[in-house]
Amino acid sequence: MTDLYQTQRAMRNMRRAAMQRGVIGILDIGTSKIACLVLKFDGSGTTREADGVGPMAGQAEFKVIGAATTRARGMRGGEIETMAETERAVRTVVAAAQKMAGVRVDHVIACLSGGRPSSYGLAGEITLEQGKVTEHDVASVLAACDAPDFGRGREVLHAQPVNFAVDHRSGLGDPRDHAGNRLACDMHVLTVDGDAIGNLLHCIRRCDLELAGIASASYAAGRASLVEDEQELGAACIDLGGGGTGVSIFIKKHMIYADWVRIGGHLITQDISQGLRVPYAVAERLKTLNGGIEATGRDDRDMIEVGGDTGDWESDRRSVSRSDVIGIMRPRVEEILEEVRQRLDAAGFDSLPSQQIVLTGGGSQIPGLDGLATRILGPNVRCGRPLRIDGLAHQLTDPSFASAVGLALFAAHPQDEWWDFEMPADRYSARSLRRAYRWFRNNW
Amino acid sequence: MASLSDQHGAPKPKRDPAPSRLQYRLERMWLRPLYRRFLRIGLPAFLLAMTVGIWLSDEDRRAMLSEGIDGLVDKVQSREEFQVRMMTIEGASPAVDKALRAMLPVDLPASSFDIDLTALRLQVLALDAVETIELRIKPGGILSAVVTERQPALLWRHARGIDMLDKTGHRVAGVTSREMRPDLPIISGDGADQVTAEALALIDAAGPILPRLRGLQRQGERRWDVVLDHGQRILLPETGAIVAMERAIKLQKEQDVLGRDISVIDLRDAERPIIRMGIDARNTIRGARGLPLLGLDGQVLPDQDKTGG
Repeated sequence: MTDLYQTQRAMRNMRRAAMQRGVIGILDIGTSKIACLVLKFDGSGTTREADGVGPMAGQAEFKVIGAATTRARGMRGGEIETMAETERAVRTVVAAAQKMAGVRVDHVIACLSGGRPSSYGLAGEITLEQGKVTEHDVASVLAACDAPDFGRGREVLHAQPVNFAVDHRSGLGDPRDHAGNRLACDMHVLTVDGDAIGNLLHCIRRCDLELAGIASASYAAGRASLVEDEQELGAACIDLGGGGTGVSIFIKKHMIYADWVRIGGHLITQDISQGLRVPYAVAERLKTLNGGIEATGRDDRDMIEVGGDTGDWESDRRSVSRSDVIGIMRPRVEEILEEVRQRLDAAGFDSLPSQQIVLTGGGSQIPGLDGLATRILGPNVRCGRPLRIDGLAHQLTDPSFASAVGLALFAAHPQDEWWDFEMPADRYSARSLRRAYRWFRNNW
Repeated sequence: MASLSDQHGAPKPKRDPAPSRLQYRLERMWLRPLYRRFLRIGLPAFLLAMTVGIWLSDEDRRAMLSEGIDGLVDKVQSREEFQVRMMTIEGASPAVDKALRAMLPVDLPASSFDIDLTALRLQVLALDAVETIELRIKPGGILSAVVTERQPALLWRHARGIDMLDKTGHRVAGVTSREMRPDLPIISGDGADQVTAEALALIDAAGPILPRLRGLQRQGERRWDVVLDHGQRILLPETGAIVAMERAIKLQKEQDVLGRDISVIDLRDAERPIIRMGIDARNTIRGARGLPLLGLDGQVLPDQDKTGG
C-alpha cells in the first residue's frame, strides 16, 4: 500500500506542476475511439461567459484549446491488447491535438475502462486522543481502514473517503474540528488489474508523456453526465461503450460503487455482421445509421442496401429490412442491460433514496434505448450528455465523450483521495528525520 | 476464385495515419518555444550573416561590390531626367549675378544630385548684398534662384573706409568715396552701424535743417552728434534723441539759432540747453565790454587796438 501511496502522491505532484505550467492533456483511451483534449488553465477565479456557457460552479477555469479523436487500435474490452498499435493511435491523437492547440503537451491524465474493476467498501475507526478531530486524525483513520486481500496483482485506482462519523453522528463530509471520542470512516476502494495499469503507463511513457493522474472511466463518465442533484441524491451512470459497459453509482457526491460489464457495442456489431453475413465495417454502419430497439411495422418495409465488394453480384446487391437489424440488436442490448441490472442489484442500488439512472456513452444513442432501459432497470431513466465545458467543439459534446469530459473535470477538481492526506508518522519507518521534525512541532 | 481475386489485384495497403516515432518527437520538439524561435529566427539570421561575412571577407569582392553600387548610383543620377542645364537668376544686380554663377560648385549641365541646394543657399547668404534667396530646381532642368538684394540706406564712414548699410545696419557693399552715393546720408563713428534705425529716424526728423545736415556722428558708442555745415553741431542726449532733435528744430524755427554765429548747441541735458558761441560773436561782445579780443584758436590776442592804433 505504501508503494502505491507514493506513486499516487507523485502523480498528484505532477498534476500540480502541470497546472502551474497551465497545460494538461486528457487522454481517453477507449475500445472504439481514442480522444485527446488539451486543457489550458489560466489562473483560478477567471470566469468567461462564452457562447452560453456560464461559470458552472467554478468548473470553467479551464478551456479546451485542442481536441482530437481517432479510431482506437490494438484495444479489446477496455484493455490494451497490442501495445505498439495502441501507442501509434495515442501518437496520432496527441499529435493532432497538439497541432490544433499549438502547444506541447507533457502531462496527461488518462482513464482506464477495463481491467476488471472491483469495488470495496472499507471501514476504519480510531479513538481521538485530543477529544477533537485534527487533520492528522483524518489521515490516521484512513490509514486504519482494514484492507481485505485484494488479490494478486491488483492495484488501487481510487480510494475515496465517502463518509465520516464522529461518535454517533454519521454522514459528515468534513469531520475536522468536530468534538468527540471516536472517529470512524467509510472508504470506497476501487481496485483494478495492475497489469492493465502497467500496460497503459508503458504506452503513455513510450509517447514521451508523463501521467499526471489516472481515473476509472466509469467514474469519469459519472462525473460528467450526472448533474449535481443526481450525484447528491443517488444515481447510477451506465456508460455504454464499445468494448464494455461501465456502471458507477454516486451518492452524496461520492462514487460508492463501480463495475464493468464486458459486453459492449462491438459485440452488437459482431452480431449484425454474423447474422446478416456482412463485413464488420458494413455492420457498424448499419448499426449506427439504421440501428434501433423497437421495431414497428414500417421498419419491415424499410429496406437497406447492404452493398459489398466481394465481386459476387448476388451477395453485393442484397438488401435487408431495418427490422432485421433491430431484431439482431435488441436481444444483445437486453443482455447488456440485464447484466447491468445484476450489478446494480449486487450493489444494493434499490436501497438508495433516489434511483435515477443515466445512460451515456456512444451506445446510449441507439434510438429507443431509454424505453427498453425503463423496462429493465427502473422507471427513472434518462439519456445523459456530458457537462458542457468551455471551448469544446460541438461535435465532441455527444455522449460518447462523457469520460473525456469527466476526466477534464477530474483534472480541474479531483476529489479527495486517501493519498491527499499526509500519511501518519508511524507509517514512515525510514524517515526518522521527518519524525523528529514532527515531534518537535507537536511538542514545542 | 483465384482469378476473381486476381482481377481485383492485391488490396492496397492503407497508409498508416500515425506519425512515426521520429516524426512525433520532432513535432513535439518543434512545439517548444525555444527551439521554435531558434530555428525560425536565430538560424536563418546566423546563416545569412555567415554567408554575407564569408563573401565579403575577400578584398576583390568588396571592391567589386562598392564599384557596382557606385556605378549603379552614378547611372541613375546621370539620367536625362535629373540633368540641370541652365540657371536663371531673378532680382539680382549684375555683380551679384556674376558672384552667384561663380559660386555654383559644378559646371552646367550637371546632375541635380551633385548640387546641394542647402549648402549653396547658405553660401550665397554669406554674401553681404543678398538678403534672401530662394533656390529650386524646376522641371526641365532649370536651377532657379530668386534673389532679394539688400537696399542701401546709409553710408557709414569708419576707420577702414566707407560702407553702404541697409536699414538694419547690415553691410551691403563698400564705396570708395562719398561722392559715389551723394543721395545717401552719412553716419560715422564706432558702433554707428548698431543703431542705424535711430540714425534714420533722426534724419527723418531733421526736416527743415536737412539741407544743412552733413551727417551724424556717433560719440563714444552711446549718443549722436548732428553735424551741420559751417562747423555747427547739435549734441543729442543718449536717450530721447529724437525729442531733443525736434526741440532743436523748434529753436531754429523760433529764434533762427543756427543762422547766428553759434558753433554748438548742447542738448544733452534737457533741463539746461547750452549754446557755445562762435569766435566773432564773442569778440563782438568782448569788444563792447572793452576786453581783449580772442584769436581763432580761442587765445586772448595781444591788444591790437593799443599797438596798432
